[in-house]
Amino acid sequence: MELKTKIHAEDGKQELTIEREFDLPASLVFKAHTEPELIEQWMGNKVLKFEAKNHGGWIFETKNADGVVLFRANGVLHDIVPNERFTRTFEMENTGFFPQLEFFEFQEISETKSKLVMHIIYKSVEQRDKILKMPFAQGINMAHNQLEQVVKNK
Amino acid sequence: MDLRRDVFQAIADPTRRAILLLVATQSMTAGTIASHFDTKRPTVSKHLQILTECELLAKEPSGREIYYHLNPNKMKEIANFIAPFQKLWDDRFNKLESVMKNYKTKG
Repeated sequence: MELKTKIHAEDGKQELTIEREFDLPASLVFKAHTEPELIEQWMGNKVLKFEAKNHGGWIFETKNADGVVLFRANGVLHDIVPNERFTRTFEMENTGFFPQLEFFEFQEISETKSKLVMHIIYKSVEQRDKILKMPFAQGINMAHNQLEQVVKNK
Repeated sequence: MDLRRDVFQAIADPTRRAILLLVATQSMTAGTIASHFDTKRPTVSKHLQILTECELLAKEPSGREIYYHLNPNKMKEIANFIAPFQKLWDDRFNKLESVMKNYKTKG
């Protein structure tokens, strides 16, 4: 099955773009990114802090059943225009990766369709390729969540 | 040098990408490859060496000549490298869509 999410990663560049169309208005996709209860539902993280305003900080965290932190990331928000865009920094803690800069654009296609464009800039080409090559802590985190779901459903 | 064995490092150079396109259809000797470029022969040799070290090109002796040909498996590695990352985001955005559709009907 073809994936709806498109990732453009040109070789030799320290950036990438992630694009995705949703059968949702731009306002709802924006909401899914800026309201802690909703972020938790689709990202599968705990939201320890989320200040949806300029200079506001955010912290996401995932722990396993024993309370061990599997994933923790934080950053700061900039340039928030409701239903249109925001910019944020993103740093995964204790991974050795440098913080990355992320531009989110919520483009309205129609009343019921929208497109999200994420433009991510890394410290270097090497950092970007390293992150792309090992879909990393978040992947492990997600796999773990899915595992937990499967186990629970039994 | 570890860096040279990295395929992504290898394809970062435009001349090396051109060499790969050139040999994609047929094997060629270093001389034939060099004749397609304005750069000096040793420069092309250096590029060939890097591409061979990272296994994008393979050398095959034929008589007194050595022919370079493309290693398609290694090329596939490049195409595959963002696939898991894409899948990760796709799964996540699918979830977002279903969460928000649910939210819409409730709210």
